[in-house]
Amino acid sequence: MAKLVMNDELFAELKTFIDDNKSQTLGLMPVLHKAQDIFGCIPLEVQKFISKEMHVTVAEIYGVVTFYSRFSTEPVGDHLIGVCLGTACYVKGSQKILDELIKELGIKQEETTEDGKFTLTATRCVGACGLAPVMMIDDDVYGRLSPKQISDILSKYKN
Amino acid sequence: MQIYRSHVLICGGTGCTSSKSLLIKDEMISELKRLGIHNEVQVVMTGCFGLCEQGPIMIVYPEGTFYSKVKISDVKRIAEEHLLKGRIVKDLLYYEALEDEIVKSVEEVDFYSKQMRIALSNCGVIDPENIDEYIAFDGYQALIKALTEMNPEQVIDELKISGLRGRGGAGFPTGLKWEFAASYKDDEKYVCCNADEGDPGAFMDRSILEGTPHSVLEAMTIAGYATGANKGYIYVRAEYPIAVSRLEIAIKQAKEYGLLGDNILDTGFDFDIEIRLGAGAFVCGEETALIESIEGKRGMPRTKPPFPAEKGIWGKPTLINNVETFANIPAIILKGGKWFSSIGIPDSKGTKVFALGGKITNTGLVEIPMGTTLRQVIYDIGGGCPDNKKFKAVQTGGPSGGCLTSEHLDTPIGYDNLVKLGSMMGSGGMIVMDEDNCMVDIARYFLDFTCDESCGKCTPCREGTKRLKELLDRICTGKGTLEDLSRLEELAYYIQDNSLCNLGQSAPNPVISTLKHFRDEYLAHVIDKKCPTGVCKDLLQYFITDRCLGCGSCARVCPKDCITPTGEIISEKTGKRRFVIDNSKCIKCGACIQACPPKVSAIVRQ
Ligand SMILES: Cc1cc2nc3c(=O)[nH]c(=O)nc-3n(C[C@H](O)[C@H](O)[C@H](O)COP(=O)(O)O)c2cc1C
Ligand code: FES
Repeated sequence: MAKLVMNDELFAELKTFIDDNKSQTLGLMPVLHKAQDIFGCIPLEVQKFISKEMHVTVAEIYGVVTFYSRFSTEPVGDHLIGVCLGTACYVKGSQKILDELIKELGIKQEETTEDGKFTLTATRCVGACGLAPVMMIDDDVYGRLSPKQISDILSKYKN
Repeated sequence: MQIYRSHVLICGGTGCTSSKSLLIKDEMISELKRLGIHNEVQVVMTGCFGLCEQGPIMIVYPEGTFYSKVKISDVKRIAEEHLLKGRIVKDLLYYEALEDEIVKSVEEVDFYSKQMRIALSNCGVIDPENIDEYIAFDGYQALIKALTEMNPEQVIDELKISGLRGRGGAGFPTGLKWEFAASYKDDEKYVCCNADEGDPGAFMDRSILEGTPHSVLEAMTIAGYATGANKGYIYVRAEYPIAVSRLEIAIKQAKEYGLLGDNILDTGFDFDIEIRLGAGAFVCGEETALIESIEGKRGMPRTKPPFPAEKGIWGKPTLINNVETFANIPAIILKGGKWFSSIGIPDSKGTKVFALGGKITNTGLVEIPMGTTLRQVIYDIGGGCPDNKKFKAVQTGGPSGGCLTSEHLDTPIGYDNLVKLGSMMGSGGMIVMDEDNCMVDIARYFLDFTCDESCGKCTPCREGTKRLKELLDRICTGKGTLEDLSRLEELAYYIQDNSLCNLGQSAPNPVISTLKHFRDEYLAHVIDKKCPTGVCKDLLQYFITDRCLGCGSCARVCPKDCITPTGEIISEKTGKRRFVIDNSKCIKCGACIQACPPKVSAIVRQ
C-alpha cells in the first residue's frame, strides 16, 4: 500500500494558503487543489481541517472531494500510471495497453500494487492525441505504444 | 531591437513537448552558441503547429523550411548545415515538403494550404510567453479600437453582423448572447471563459490557450467592456498544465502593460481576470455546472432559465463563452463583422477548428472555413486512413455527437447540416474510424464515458445511461437479444427527451446514430454472436488448424487447461494428435497464440 504523510508542517502550509486568500471569494476548489498537491490526497483528517478553517461542513467538503476525479481520498503509489482512454487513443487500441498493464502489474484499474510502487488509472485525453495510443507515468508521456513495449517501460521504474 | 537573419520555430504544444521538444530547443541554442551564430539566429518556442502526428516539428524562416519528427541527434546537422551553411537538410524534411527534389515551404504543403486560420492565426507563429510578439502581430489593437473608438452597443452590433456562433457546442449566436448579458444591470457582473474542454480526444481549446493566450485575454476584456463586467474567470482543466502556466504568464504581462487591471489604457475601464482550475469532471463544461464549480460546489447543472446571462456566478449576470469563440473576436473587431460573415455558409460563418484524430494519417489541429466538406478535411488535409485501410465512420461532437458514414462525406460542415444528419458540430473533436473499428464497441465506449460522467442529479441520465451501457455490454459479450435492440432504442429516445441538461439529452446520440447507420453490425453481434471486426473479445473463438504439429506448447500455457490433444492423428509414426480448444472454457486470453511457435502459427482467432 502507498504511504500517506501528514505532519504539522504540511497542515501549516495549507493553513497559510487559506489565510492568504481569505479576502477573496475563493470557494472550495482552489483550497482542495492545494490540499491534493500537498498531501497527494484528501483524507478525512484533511477534510476536517479544511472544514474548521473555512467554516464549511465536512459533509459538503466530502461531497465535493468525491465528485471530482482529480481529488482522491486515498494516497497513490510512488508512480502514477495513467493510460489514456480518450477517443483518439481508444480507437487506436489503448484498451490493449491497459489490459497489458493489468496483466503485468497484477492489479486492476484504480488500484495500487502491494509494494506501493505503482497506481494504475485510466485517464481521458492527455492532449497528445497525435501520439495515440498514449500513457503517462508521472510526468513522462509515452506515445505510439504497443503492448509489447510495456514491460520494458515498467522496468525503468522498478528500482 | 535585435535583427535576426533566421528564426527557428520549435513547437511547444503538449503533443510535441511530450516528445521532448523542450530538449530540442535547448540543444539548438547550445549548438548555435557553439557555432557562434546565436546572435544571428533566434530560437522561438511557439504554440501548436497543428500537425501533431509529425512532431516534434521545427520550422526555419525566412524559407519556411519544414522539418518533422526531429530528434535531438538531428539538431547538430540542422544547425551546421542549414543555419550556418544555408543548405537545407533534405532527409529531415517533412515527407510532403520535398517533391521531385524541390523543397516546398510550410505554407505550400497540403496540410496547411487548404486551411484558413483566424482563431489559430498566431498558433505556431509567435512565442506565447512574450506579449511583445503578440502585439507585433496586431495584438491588443482590437481592444484599443473597442475602448477608444466604439461604444459597447457598437461592439455588440459588430458581433451580430459577423454571424459568429458559439464554438463550445450549442452554436448560440454570440452577438445575441452579449446583448442579453449587457441588458441585465447589477453592481457585479462577470465574463467567463469556458476552457474545460471535456470531449476526450479533442484539444482545440488547449492549443489556443497554449499558442495564443493573449487572444483570449484580449477578447474577454472586450467582452467585459461590451457587457459592463469588470471581472473575468477562466475555468480551465487542471490536466492542462502548460496552458495554465502560459495563461498565468500572459495575465501578468498584460497587467504590466496596462492592458488588464485598473484603468486600462487610461480609459477608466477596469477589468481583471482570474484562473480557476477544474478537477476532472466532464459535466463542468456545461455552463451552469461550471458556475457551481467556480462557486466551490459539486458541478451539477442548474435548471435553465434563469440563464447565466441573468443569474450566473454568485447569482450575478454572467457571460460565458468558449475559448475558440473568444479567439475569433479580436479579428472580428479589427477587420469588421462583414469581413467575417463573408467566410462560410449562410447559417455558419467564419472558420472552425477541429482536432483530427483516430485512424487518420495527419493527426492534428486544423482550421477550415465553414462549408468545407468532410471529405476535404479527412482526405485532402487529413490524408485519409493510414495503411490503406477503408474509411468507416467519423465521429463529430465527441460523446454527445453521432457518427457519420462515407455517404455523408460530401456534406459541407456547418451547425445545421451536422444536426440534420444526427450528429452535431460539438466543440470540434473529429475522430476517424476505419474498417477495424467495431461500431457497437464505439457506442459502448461513449456510453461508458457518459455513464461515468453523469453527475447524478436527474434520474433519466443517472439510471438511463447505466441501463444503456448494460444493454451494450450484453450485446458486446454475445448475450444480447433482438428485444435488447428495441429496448436500447426506446430507452435512448426516453433519455434524450427527459434529461435535465444537455449531457443526458445528448448521451444517447452515439447509440442512435450507430444503430441507424450500422444496424447490420448490431445484428451480427445479436444473431450470429459474431463481431465482424474482431474487437469484441468475448465473441471471438480460437481454433487450432491442421497446421498443428502436436507439440503441446499451447496446452502448457493455457491457464484454464482447456486445450487437449483430442483431434485427428497428425503423425502415424508418433501417434500425435491435433490439439483442440474447448471454447466453452476458453477465456480468450490469447496465451496460446503467443506460445505457438511462429513457424507453425496453427492457432487462429475468428
Ligand atoms: C455536458 C456538456 C459539456 C460541455 N462541455 C463544454 C466544454 O468543454 N467547453 C465549452 O466551451 N462548452 C461546453 N459545453 C457548452 C456550454 O454549456 C456552453 O454552451 C458554452 O460554453 C457556451 O459558449 P459558446 O456560446 O461560446 O459556445 C458543454 C455542454 C454540455 C451540456
Ligand atoms: S485521446 Fe489520448 S491523448 Fe488525446
